[in-house]
Amino acid sequence: MRYHQAIHDVPLIFEGCNEAVPQDIESELDGLLPRNLQRARLDLPDLPEREVVKHFVNLSQMNFGVDNGMYPLGSCTMKYNPKICDDISSLETVANMHPLQDASTMQGALALMFELEGMLCEIGGVDAVTLQPAAGAHGEFTGMHIVRAFHESKGEERHEVVLPDTAHGTNPASAAMVGYDVLDLPSKDGCVDLEALNAAVSDDTAAFMLTNPNTLGLFEKEVREIAGVVHDAGALLYYDGANLNAIMGKTSPGKMDFDIVHFNPHKTFATPHGGGGPGAGPVGVKKDLERFLPVPRIVRNEERFELDYDRPDSIGKVKVFYGNFAVLVRAYVYIKMHGGKGLERVSELAVLNSNYLKQGLTEMFDMPYGDLRKHEFVLSGKKLKERGLRTMDFAKRLLDYGFHAPTVYFPLIVEEALMIEPTETETKDTLDAFIEACGRILSESPDIVRSAPHNTARRRIDEVRAARDMILSWRSYREKTQSI
Amino acid sequence: MLSKLGLASIEDLFDDVPKDVRTKGLHLPDGVDEIRLSRGLQELLRPNRPASDWLSFLGAGVYYHHIPAAVKTIISRSEFSTSYTPYQSEISQGMLQALFEYQSFMVELTGMDIVNSSMYDSSTALGEAVLMSHRMSGGSIFLSSRAVSPEKLSVAQLYAKGADVTVDTVDYDRESGLIDINDLESKVTDDVTGFYFETPNLFGVLESEWKTVREILGDKAVVIGVNPLALAVMMPPGEMGADIVVGDAQPLGVSMSLGGPSIGLFGCRAEHLRKMPGRIVGMTEDVERTRSFCMTLQTREQHIRRSRATSNICTNEALLAVAVAAHMGLLGRTGLRKTALENLTNMKELAAGIDSLDAFSAPVFDSPHFNEFVIRSPVGIDRLNEHLMTKKIHGVLAIDRWFPELKDCALVTTTEMHTPEDHRRLIDAMGAIR
Ligand SMILES: Cc1ncc(COP(=O)(O)O)c(C=O)c1O
Repeated sequence: MRYHQAIHDVPLIFEGCNEAVPQDIESELDGLLPRNLQRARLDLPDLPEREVVKHFVNLSQMNFGVDNGMYPLGSCTMKYNPKICDDISSLETVANMHPLQDASTMQGALALMFELEGMLCEIGGVDAVTLQPAAGAHGEFTGMHIVRAFHESKGEERHEVVLPDTAHGTNPASAAMVGYDVLDLPSKDGCVDLEALNAAVSDDTAAFMLTNPNTLGLFEKEVREIAGVVHDAGALLYYDGANLNAIMGKTSPGKMDFDIVHFNPHKTFATPHGGGGPGAGPVGVKKDLERFLPVPRIVRNEERFELDYDRPDSIGKVKVFYGNFAVLVRAYVYIKMHGGKGLERVSELAVLNSNYLKQGLTEMFDMPYGDLRKHEFVLSGKKLKERGLRTMDFAKRLLDYGFHAPTVYFPLIVEEALMIEPTETETKDTLDAFIEACGRILSESPDIVRSAPHNTARRRIDEVRAARDMILSWRSYREKTQSI
Repeated sequence: MLSKLGLASIEDLFDDVPKDVRTKGLHLPDGVDEIRLSRGLQELLRPNRPASDWLSFLGAGVYYHHIPAAVKTIISRSEFSTSYTPYQSEISQGMLQALFEYQSFMVELTGMDIVNSSMYDSSTALGEAVLMSHRMSGGSIFLSSRAVSPEKLSVAQLYAKGADVTVDTVDYDRESGLIDINDLESKVTDDVTGFYFETPNLFGVLESEWKTVREILGDKAVVIGVNPLALAVMMPPGEMGADIVVGDAQPLGVSMSLGGPSIGLFGCRAEHLRKMPGRIVGMTEDVERTRSFCMTLQTREQHIRRSRATSNICTNEALLAVAVAAHMGLLGRTGLRKTALENLTNMKELAAGIDSLDAFSAPVFDSPHFNEFVIRSPVGIDRLNEHLMTKKIHGVLAIDRWFPELKDCALVTTTEMHTPEDHRRLIDAMGAIR
């Protein structure tokens, strides 16, 4: 399929028609707010509803979502999101709930969250879950604080977090934010090098962070041995749950001996990603670590649910209130909709689709590391260089065929990486069409590929210029254009 | 598909998972269809009492405001809602321009040079502000006004811990509810990183001593917490000498949803830009020289800088930033100012109504307020709330649990959603208490 994105000239909302400002409220304001607290001016547009809706609807047509087509962005699990989840999360009994209401008036919400915690325990193989963190990275931050509290509770000060060089950028960033030095461990054949790990850990190691399957889509077969090495050093094993979509029902982080786990409901449990968020980042732990979880904990007292703040060993709070409730509701609905068997099926199909797609692309690309993959796989675009092309050119050209680009240049250890995750919700026909499009692009003239995309709202965008000009708002645009 | 892969069964795809870590499926009930799911969920959530059902005067950071129907229309466009972070800018212009407009609206409201495209909420924005202040001016103590939600402060403390910074508080004046300037002055030592205060603060009170604060802090960071709706009429923090501004943009078009997701507002002065956390969208051109947008200054971020990034944030609250931009577009300058005015008016009227009851006093603090205020009750707040709840009115927020010196005091919030009859219902219910 050739894709043609809408191209509208949509001026900034500030550039729209600005009719004479109607009567202002200044005289009324004077009686309510002292003059010295009032603002002198406020330059905002005044537009009729009709114009505002037109503006944003036309903008939306210049945006590509999962609902437009396949979005094989590796590591991001861009599956189709069932609409019932959105419907439920906009019920008044969700949307109009205030977090400081008396617990007796939020029993439905607490029941839902309590049950969701339980379902996540089962999926993750853990004993207790907090729903408080706002995203995956925030879950990592929470998990690293639990690591710190755990060691401090034993009177130990450990300074280092170890992670493989295939780790997602948030892993090292989260460990650093909690005050840890970060040690990168070089991989061997795309997986953790057990010997190197053995040499790297010491009594200064606080934790080892890992995702399994890892970011190359390879299952770390030696995960139990890894756990052994980490635990023998007195450190904890942290599971980045971004790749959970590959293994539900087949194994679990708990079964693999991980101590702390975060979940990404906006990946695995189908919350639409919203152009960057919101998401959620529940964290699960083994029994011994439960006492460190953030407050409040949701507890059940016979038929009533309560919020328990009395947890002296808790790390405190990672954000106000109880988590991104409207997102958690979607995850709850998704899990209920699929049930245990359905979730296992999700993982089976995600892995099947990934391997099928990989097979279809083997002839075309270098495929470093191993054969069987889980829900995603990484290709190397280094052969493109022979034709004067780079991975980014190939990625941009895919847009012209109506496919969102894969993740590019990550993981860092693969040259010219293309990281592809089709997810379980794409049909065989779509996967075949993707394979065909890749084949076609490789036979096209390099000039066409290098100058792609051609069918999107914009042609290749100058990112270097953006960083140089630094026009970061309407105000800075006016200041900069006026001074020229 | 399996045969193409030369496999006999789906299980073969999991051959690489060693036997000793295999599990036997999930012990969860079977899936249910949409009809049952929808019914079941409505049933499960029925015991909830949303603010659209019981009358609510709760605020303290999360507010019940009107959201024009068109906001939902706009953010339900699935081209927006089902997209990922706009890394591929050419195919994501809609989201990028909308985020640029969000940044622009917030720059205008706050008077700051730069606003990023969102943090999780005001508490994590404050946490990040503590860390950013530390990057800007070193030091090991971060000061915060005490008239801030203790829950928010505990989040800030946790963030601060990672940089070996401790958070200490500055008292408020018992009469005015404003920063106790003497206490501030005595606590600003060489070791201080910066100072955080809110206006309106937790008591709903608007600060006026920002010049003095700026002078006392010198070249240390001044971080100001705001309610962006109040900024429609209020002096912007950019003119109060703020280095960093934080807040929740939730009052501008985002539903309460039990407190999450909210959207963290984060802005700073231009000279601190490279120390700022979060994503930023900038304007540029494509090869045909057409105006375009893309994410920029990404070298601060985790996917490039890893352990030396300014923050670990990846997923943020982008769709809610679109909601805020849409909301501000729909209300416009006139609508926003009118809404802020209604909040101010309602606050005055409700406080006067409660104060006219013999046994109650309101507001407790003798300063200008925005849309919430502290009342003193003749009975314990628990008893007051029990009584209110029998009238299908949500209890007010007991703040004496956090501030023992404010015995029998509670925070009451009113917005443009409240009618004179709603106020009357609360006042009558309060008046009936013995
Ligand atoms: C492997 C991996 N880990 C962690 C994260 C961070 O999760 P979030 O974006 O929810 O903060 C991501 C998502 O981008 C990821 O792909």
